[in-house]
Formats: sequence, C-alpha cells, structure tokens
Amino acid sequence: MMDDNKQFKPLKLHFTVEQGDFIRAGEASSKIKKVLSQLGFPGPLIRRVAIAAYEAEMNIVIHSWGGELEAEIGPEHVKIVARDRGPGIPDIALAMEEGYSTAPDKVREMGFGAGMGLPNIQNCATEFIIESGEGKGTVLRILIAVKE
Amino acid sequence: MAAYFHSVTLEKDKCMGCTNCIKRCPTEAIRVREGKAKIIDERCIDCGECIRVCHNHAKRALTDPLEIIKAYPYPVALPAPTLYSQFSHKFKVDQIIQGLLNLGFFRVWEVARGAEIATQVLVKYLENHALPKPVISAACPAVLRLIQVRYPELLEHVIPIESPMEISARLAKKELEEEGYPVEQVGVFFISPCAAKVTSVKNPLGVKKSQVDGVIAISDIYGPLLAQLASTASGSIQPRASGAGIGWAVIGGESRLLPFNQTLSVDGIANVVRVLDDIAMGKLKEVDFIEGLACMGGCVGGPLTIENSYLSKTRIQNLSKKYGMSYPEVAPEFACSEFFWTEKIEPCSVLVLDEDLALAMQKLETLDEIHKALPGLDCGSCGAPTCRALAEDIVRGLAVEIDCIFKLREKVTDLAERMVELSSKLPPSIGKPR
Repeated sequence: MMDDNKQFKPLKLHFTVEQGDFIRAGEASSKIKKVLSQLGFPGPLIRRVAIAAYEAEMNIVIHSWGGELEAEIGPEHVKIVARDRGPGIPDIALAMEEGYSTAPDKVREMGFGAGMGLPNIQNCATEFIIESGEGKGTVLRILIAVKE
Repeated sequence: MAAYFHSVTLEKDKCMGCTNCIKRCPTEAIRVREGKAKIIDERCIDCGECIRVCHNHAKRALTDPLEIIKAYPYPVALPAPTLYSQFSHKFKVDQIIQGLLNLGFFRVWEVARGAEIATQVLVKYLENHALPKPVISAACPAVLRLIQVRYPELLEHVIPIESPMEISARLAKKELEEEGYPVEQVGVFFISPCAAKVTSVKNPLGVKKSQVDGVIAISDIYGPLLAQLASTASGSIQPRASGAGIGWAVIGGESRLLPFNQTLSVDGIANVVRVLDDIAMGKLKEVDFIEGLACMGGCVGGPLTIENSYLSKTRIQNLSKKYGMSYPEVAPEFACSEFFWTEKIEPCSVLVLDEDLALAMQKLETLDEIHKALPGLDCGSCGAPTCRALAEDIVRGLAVEIDCIFKLREKVTDLAERMVELSSKLPPSIGKPR
C-alpha cells in the first residue's frame, strides 16, 4: 500500500510542530491547504486533507512532546505523515472510538481534545495507519486519494 | 457582458501610488504599477475595503445616478434598511419613505420586508435540506465572492437562497404587475450601502439575471433625500417592515431571527477570513450558523454610507425596538422554491499557478526559492502586498526579482564593487608585475 506516485516527482513539505504551542497550531495544515489550492486540486480533496492534517497537527500539540508533519503531494494522492515524540497510545482501538480522549482538562477547557481527532482523520482518509505503543511515540500515516 | 464586472474602480488621477490599499485587500487583488494602483479583476470581490482605506479617495464604486429613475415610467425604490440609520431619529421611517416618493419614485418596497421573507424562506429551506455545518449565510455578496475565490470547498455550506434585495425586487415587480402596470415599464432601484451589491446586480451569483435595474449609492441619494425630509410630514404612510427586518442592517441581525442554538456573527472582512480559515480546517463544528458581513458593524459600516457606523448601529437597534420583532408570515406560495438559487456557483480558483499539475509543482518550488531569497519585510515597495505575493507574481511572469528594492540595491552594490575592482586594473604597459 501507499506506493509512490509513478512517473512524477512528488512535492514534499515538512513542518516542525511544538508541544503545547496553541498559538501556532494549525499553521502547518494551513500551509498545506494553500499549496493544494495553488496546485489546483479539487475543493473536496483540499477539505479532506486540511481536516486530516489539522487533526494530526493538533494531536502532536496536545498529546506529544513535539514532532513533525510531512506532506507528500502527487497527482494520484496526498500523503500526510505525523510523527511525534511522546508517550504513545497504549490502546489504539480505544483511541479510535469517538469521544474517547486523554486530553487534560486544561486543554478541554480551550475547546480541544473532544476525542474526535482520530475518528475525523479516519473519515477523511482513504488509508490510515497508526503505529504506536506505550513509550514509543506515535506515527500516523494518512493517504488521501485524489479520486475516490 | 465582460467576463468580470466590478463595481470598485480606480480614478487614476487621484491615485498617488501609495501602498495602503494593497496591504488591506483580503484577496491580494491590487498591485501598484507605474505609480498607480491596479485591480486584478479575477481576484477582486468588491468588498470595498480599498475604498475605505484610500486617503486620496481614488477608489470608488460605480453606481447609478439618481437621474436613472427617469428612464422608467414606474420607478420603484428598494431602500436597504441601512438607509434608515443615516438620518437623525427625529425623521421616522415613514418620512424617509415619503421622501423617496417625493424624489420621483413611484413606489417604495422596503428591503427590510424582503429580509423578513428571506428569514422565513431560509428556515423552511433548512427544514427540508441538510447542509454541512456550520451553515453559512449568503446575505453578504462580498463574503459570497470571497468563498467562491478563496474557499470554494465551502460553497456547499452556503444557503442557496436569494438575497433580501433580490426577493424585494421580484415581489415589487410582481405587485405592480398584478395591479395592471406593464412590467417592462417598472424599474427597480436598490439604494445601497455597498459596492458588492452593484456587482451582484450586474454580474449575479446564484441567479441568471438580477431583478434589480439599477443601484444608487446611499451617499448619492443622501443630500437630495435630506433636503426632502425637512418638508415631509410623518403619518401618511404605514411602513411594512418590522424591527426584525430593519435589524438585518447590523451584524447579528440575521442570526437572531433563526432557530439555531449556536450562531456566530462576524464582521469585518479580515475577521471573516479568519473564521472561514477555521471552517476549512474542520473547526467550528459546534456552530450551527455563521453570518459573515464584510463591513465592520454590518451593512451600516458599508463604504457607500455617510453616517458614523457606530451611531448608525444604535439607530438601527432603536428602530428594531420601536417597530417590534413580530412580522407577518409570508404567503405559503412564497415559502417555496421561488427564492432558491437557480444557478450553481462554480469555484473560481484564482490561486492556481498552472492548469498542468507538473508545471504548477515546478512553479511552486521556484516560488518558494524566490520567496526565501527575498528580504521578508513585506514592505510593499515592489507594488505587491507581501514578499510571497511578489514571488508569486515573478513565477507567473508578472514581475521581476529586481522589483524588490533590496534586491535592486544588492545588484547595484555588486555592480559598483565590480567597477571599483575593474578601475584598479592597469594595462600591462604601466602596471605592476603580476
């Protein structure tokens, strides 16, 4: 799965995401969205990528000790990889349940951490893989196909 | 009709080539070239922000003169509710309506009443159609065009219902036709606080052809109407609109009439951009309805108004109280598809660098490289609003690197250094041994 776009050099974007930086949170996904608009991708695809990238970015801000967001843009699909240093997810199935959240109260008071992040990504993604484990950090691999 | 019609235009003689307007344009639609501002047609959304910020009054809205009404035997005035806020509280709404009749209008059809009908049609529509949340109001034509240009992916959130102006125009013509007047001799004229309404008449979105025959700026009718008001008595006319419809002139006026738990009212085009950015990222899901108006305070802050917008807001609020919030139900035949958009609004992606994806990617990479090499001060001296916008213009072939004065200076310094170096070179006949 997730083979590279053939005969096409994909465009790669890389962003560093800081833990707890709510001021800049969303900047990376916003830039990815703008690039997709400049490349002329269809609106519904831009929407799905923007939402998935934003949720992944917010997960790093809220739940990790910092990490990075990568976007690889090709004619067939857009891939997002969110990699963090963090405590990892002990029970991935539980984390995927709508409404389940480990976000601290302080973060919830700010309107984040409602437990919809991973399910939202799942809804936007064509393929979605979580690699994580307690103490290992988390890697989210999201593939969104241009034509569904 | 040309591919693009814009109400906002430039009076070249007055333009000093300052960079105030390029900085404030929400769609980066203005450049300064050869000492004059230039509006890029396909990007302009006619929000009127440049009219507001231009100290030299070089930007103006193309509207129709009051004399245009003479072209029709039966001219009808459609006053925007904002008009009522332009005059002292001692002048009542019925006096303003009478004043318009005295100016030569055959009838006055209040757009505030159209707003009440729009509210009811909108509620009806949402009962039968599920739109993605948050639902976005289509009331402000500048915001509608902003969505079309910058957020085409959000078009499906917009309620596809005609504006109060269009509804009023349609009903005004219908009424006169039913009374036996030949409809082709009826001219309907909107009295407007904003430039975007002119564009929405000449180049409409959602409908094939506007029902409005001309748009007269509030600022143009203000003087003649004020002169009429002094000699116009109150009491001869009963206004049709309630305080609910009049309230549409200020931000929040539309939202408060709708049966939603969570509404968000945002005014000022820069603030609207921020909110639309959030929706595009999937935020604001708990919000049911968003009312975005391009002008601060709502239509009372329109660039074609005369009065201080804060005072206007207070006056509208007072009028809303005075005329109450209850208004007549529309006849059942109106609360149907008659006022829905008939045309799909197509995305207008002005950001796309090239139709060919591979070329667009190459251009994007070049754009990034150029942008990194620019000073990043966003000073505007090159005539583009930001260094990023200049880099984009260069990639599109519309500008060159040395348009940046810092880049030009670097080149001049290089050249000067090379000249000094060359001047120290002596011919072998008189030079030192090499």
